[in-house]
Amino acid sequence: MDFEDSPEEAQFRQEVYAWLAENAPLKKEGPSSARDDDHGSPQAVAAAKAWQATKAARGFAQIPWPKEWGGPGGAPIQQVIYNQEEAKFDVPRMYFEIGLGMCVPTVLTYCDPAFAKPAAERALKGDEIWCQLFSEPAAGSDSAGVQTKAVRDGEDWVINGQKVWTSGAHFCDYGIILTRTDPDAPKHKGLTMFWIDMKDPAVECRPIKQMSGASHFNEVYLNDLRVKDSQRIGELNGGWGVAVTTLMFERLAVGGGDGGSGPGTEAMMALARETQLEEGPALQDRAVRERIAEWHVRAQGLKFTTFRTITALSKGQTPGPEASIGKLVSANTAQERSDFALDLQDMAGLLMGEEATHDGQFQDVFLAIPGLRIAGGTDEILKNVIAERVLGLPGDARVDKNVPFKDVPKGG
Amino acid sequence: MDFDFSDDQKEMRAQARRFLEENCPPAKARAVMESDATHDATLWKKIADLGWLGTAVPEAHGGVGLGHEELCVLAEEIGRAIAPVPFNSSVYLATEALLIAGSEAQKAEWLPKLASGALIGTFALAEKAADAGPEGVQASLTGGALSGRKVAVADGVAADIAIVVARTGPGAEDVGLALVDLRAQGVERAPADSIDPSRSFATLTFDGAAAEALGDGAGWSVVEHLLDRAAALTAFEQVGLSDVCLDMAKEYALTRYAFGRPIGSFQAIKHKLADVYVANELARSNAYYGAWALSSGSSELAEAAAGARVSATEAAFLASKENIQTHGGMGYTWEGDCHLYYRRAKALSLQLGAARVWKEKLIRRLERKNAA
Repeated sequence: MDFEDSPEEAQFRQEVYAWLAENAPLKKEGPSSARDDDHGSPQAVAAAKAWQATKAARGFAQIPWPKEWGGPGGAPIQQVIYNQEEAKFDVPRMYFEIGLGMCVPTVLTYCDPAFAKPAAERALKGDEIWCQLFSEPAAGSDSAGVQTKAVRDGEDWVINGQKVWTSGAHFCDYGIILTRTDPDAPKHKGLTMFWIDMKDPAVECRPIKQMSGASHFNEVYLNDLRVKDSQRIGELNGGWGVAVTTLMFERLAVGGGDGGSGPGTEAMMALARETQLEEGPALQDRAVRERIAEWHVRAQGLKFTTFRTITALSKGQTPGPEASIGKLVSANTAQERSDFALDLQDMAGLLMGEEATHDGQFQDVFLAIPGLRIAGGTDEILKNVIAERVLGLPGDARVDKNVPFKDVPKGG
Repeated sequence: MDFDFSDDQKEMRAQARRFLEENCPPAKARAVMESDATHDATLWKKIADLGWLGTAVPEAHGGVGLGHEELCVLAEEIGRAIAPVPFNSSVYLATEALLIAGSEAQKAEWLPKLASGALIGTFALAEKAADAGPEGVQASLTGGALSGRKVAVADGVAADIAIVVARTGPGAEDVGLALVDLRAQGVERAPADSIDPSRSFATLTFDGAAAEALGDGAGWSVVEHLLDRAAALTAFEQVGLSDVCLDMAKEYALTRYAFGRPIGSFQAIKHKLADVYVANELARSNAYYGAWALSSGSSELAEAAAGARVSATEAAFLASKENIQTHGGMGYTWEGDCHLYYRRAKALSLQLGAARVWKEKLIRRLERKNAA
């Protein structure tokens, strides 16, 4: 066992760092902030596209993408090393991850190369951004329950319905959309995937104001959106299989092993050191110390779990199922830590902004973190995934199986 | 990055698992629990013959001369098998104490006997139901004579020698390690009832028993270092035990039907077992960090061992209690095996100090690191 890079990995890390140092500013010190007020503005999108172009030109975008996809054809471990090094720098984030991580690989897998290859090239270079349109108001965790309809009209399809929780829909160029094409078939068997032009006037994006006050997601309304049959991804009524492929690509993404989101042990200890309780600094309080130790152990466990995953990648193996615990642990730990950080500040813990301790960064996390327990698979769905795919426990009894979708109870 | 055991170590793990599945089903732990035996002597002999006791002891001292990573591998299997043998007392504590603090003469005399299984060693620290820190140590070593009383000493009746934490001077931290032959005059041993009767515990009373300082008898910091080493190793026993509990619960949830379905299809059970899986994986990863720090002689051992200890203790409690819960009424019977694991989990979690104590150690160590 060791934590060292192999000589090749060390060499690659050095190259990456040197290149980043030349092309981007280092991140500033301080507890991580959930604030990102400018995200999605035209200037921010332009900066993100420029950064993506710079990365791609150097061969550091989607490093493991094979050559036939137009990628650098590197090893997965190189992507991990790149992510670890890039995390030290202040560069745009959360623009290309979903598109390049999930949508474009799906298109490359299923669509005519005449469309897919140039589209992938444009996306890789940062010219175009893709989004994913799966969730609906009545289809969240139950993602096969979508009701957005695609109806055949001659050579075309006409799409009507509403999608929700689409990240960055307003600045995206293309999307992949899961639609219902056969309401008489059972839930999973009447779905079809298409790619669509997000700039079409029949696509209407409305930002969702999140409970934190920020707007990172959209509702997307499809009003008689006309698409060609050549925009179909995969077989007619084979959309569920395509969606599973898309989600599988998501699972291949591996973090860099930073131990999770929100305030870390050092930020918690610093806050406890400077917060005066009746008996002295909070960091001298046994109850406070215990809690900080418990979270530290969890975050460390997560970090070292990622190291196990990285080890498997480094040896060219497929990571084990332990990789599935990441978000479940990090989101809950961040929520508990931020809650406790506010408690430490006692009555003044309710303040935000300038008057608040550390400009309200702990308060920002407290308000942002409920979203992380839901986005990309709720805690409950992730536990089902662990129970069924890792432990091999049976699936839930289903009342909607083998029933025509139109007859499945749908509630309000 | 190579944060995993090597192929050779994994092969060793597979062989150890096969051996223990054959030679140490849970019935062995039950047999010790239901008899007056201190341990399973037949199994102990076989384990000694395989060379496991001297895994990390240099060949010059009669050991196999492998490293502590290999010992971690074996510890996990011992934990899976809830083996009713004095492995942790003799190997992680007595042998380790000699390795880190013994004089050359002490090593030459005692290590070969511990490594071969000719003698059993143990470790004695606690004197009452309170934090086992240096302030609580009343036992004293003066002029080659040891006096005092130690409680909850694992394998205190079976052991031949003990490493005893004793006062060596008047200062608060004038506390060190004494080596005592338990078969000598002035040693009284009384078996003590415990929450885990598949292992044996004793009260030891020393009344001027002949004893010598281990090495130069160095102070409390050596005791702490010894406990760190033992904690890193014990974490693997705890991880092994936790994994078995999850397997047992899962198997039962697949075969037990209620309301016309396997109970493992209910989310209340699935989510419970997913929580156990998460805790087990976090504990395993923290334990790997401890294994690395221990085997590489890293200065991070103090932090790594505390993290491994806290994480493994949390996992073992969760896994062993939810295993009983998943089994329902059957899990609460004497005949069922669930309680063997629940008992062992708690005993392992207390033997080297409670999680509460180790959390405090962890924070102190992080504070020291931040200050540095």
